[in-house]
Amino acid sequence: MEEFFHMGGYAAYVWTVYALGVVVPLALAVHSIADYGRQARLVEALESEAGGRIRRAARPEQDR
Amino acid sequence: MSPMTSLSASQRLQAFANPARFMALSARLLAPLWVVSLGLLCVGLYYALVASPPDYQQGETVRIMYVHVPSAWLAMFGYSLMAAASAVALIFRHPLADLCAKSAAPIGAAFTFLALVTGALWGKPMWGAWWVWDARLTSVLILFFLYLGYMALWAAIEEPARAARAAAVLALVGAINVPIIRYSVVWWNTLHQPASVFRMDGPTIAPEMLLPLALMALGFTFFFVTLLLVRMRAEILRHRVRTLRLARAAASAED
Amino acid sequence: MTRAFFALIGRDLRLAARIGGGGGMAVFFFLVVVAVVPLGIGPDLNLLARIAPGMLWVALLLSSLLTLDRLFQADYEDGSLDLLAMGRLPLELVAAAKATGHFLTTGLPLVVAAPLPGLMLNLEVSAFPALMLAMLAGAPALSFLGIIGAGLTVGIRRGGLLASLLVLPFYIPVLIFGVAAARAALFGFPDGVAGQSLTLLCAVALASLVLGPVAAAAALRANLR
Repeated sequence: MEEFFHMGGYAAYVWTVYALGVVVPLALAVHSIADYGRQARLVEALESEAGGRIRRAARPEQDR
Repeated sequence: MSPMTSLSASQRLQAFANPARFMALSARLLAPLWVVSLGLLCVGLYYALVASPPDYQQGETVRIMYVHVPSAWLAMFGYSLMAAASAVALIFRHPLADLCAKSAAPIGAAFTFLALVTGALWGKPMWGAWWVWDARLTSVLILFFLYLGYMALWAAIEEPARAARAAAVLALVGAINVPIIRYSVVWWNTLHQPASVFRMDGPTIAPEMLLPLALMALGFTFFFVTLLLVRMRAEILRHRVRTLRLARAAASAED
Repeated sequence: MTRAFFALIGRDLRLAARIGGGGGMAVFFFLVVVAVVPLGIGPDLNLLARIAPGMLWVALLLSSLLTLDRLFQADYEDGSLDLLAMGRLPLELVAAAKATGHFLTTGLPLVVAAPLPGLMLNLEVSAFPALMLAMLAGAPALSFLGIIGAGLTVGIRRGGLLASLLVLPFYIPVLIFGVAAARAALFGFPDGVAGQSLTLLCAVALASLVLGPVAAAAALRANLR
């Protein structure tokens, strides 16, 4: 087990690489999901606040 | 550019993937994609760290390859995807293509960054220096600059439609230039470096190393696609927020 | 159409002559950059001679970048760019005329002036012809690639810095082949490298003559809608 963490003397390099390999994609995933949640809440708030009138007005534009 | 054929082609494309249908389809795809990509990555990590032997030449540092090489592959995959989506956006005016290119950029940039940093961490024990001006590292660094420039251009132009078209032009010019830059850097490298430089890619790669490499590459690729869908969904909602806000502003101006 | 094209170049030349003293400002900047280098790395003449071709090329890139942002921005602000876009001259040719004007007012004066900073950096006189020939082939490429960045960032506040960031990666092949041509004349690289690098430099320059105006026109259309 100790040998496994030792990585033949290159522990600092190998484990830093794997830490980065986890942290960088994870940070990106968290950021993406959080952004999606924020936009979803905004859409919900805007739609409920506006009621039917604005939703009708916004429809044709949204189809582009 | 005959208007008739391009119109029908674009109409067919629009019918194939309008934003509403994309939202419905991607919502169903996301859960399986997460399971597949995380599953592949977990198995890949096990093979990469535990179930594969150290290299007879590089020892345990060869395990760095299982993160570094897939990142470098995704760096190039991301830019190709961005360029292809930009071409579709410019030719067919497809609304999703712009969003696809925009969403792919930060993911590609993150993997390019990962490839550069893991390359440096591999270079230190192997070459004795954090950074060597080797042709491959240098061209990945330039690819990173291209990603950053693309994202900076998106951020600098406020109006989304205008930003989308300008960024698409930039991505296409970049795609034309990448092979030229790559060729020039390789040429420059052979001019300046003696031939005895240690090469990262051996002549053959052992099959027990190929398995973790393939698993990690596949896992990261699925992860890329999953994140791409998440980000594209967020972009569609962002567009919706913008139209709703514009409608609200227009309504309050009428009152 | 040809007349409109040349009239546009003439207009840019006259404007440059009145406002910036022609290529004077660019040459001045070029000299200042070269003068700063020995202050940074020390006055070792042998070292300076070795890095002189690269330094001159980098200074050329920087002076070319520095003048990019005014290329379309001034015309955009006073509305003449809209007129040009609506005129009968295709936007591609407008962009080509602009790039030609940029080359004549910044690239060409720098090539002519290059021997002076070359002497200051202890560059051997025998290398001057090769260096200037390479610069003469490379400078149009810098202008024609530069208009892409200028077109993409037209109308953006502080677009000049962004234009430099966007364009600099595209300059790399020009830099590599250009420096190699000069260094080959200096150090006697293996046979053929001098000719090969000059050929490749010309190929890149010719490709940019086509790519630059087309891409810049597309960028202008995106930004002017």
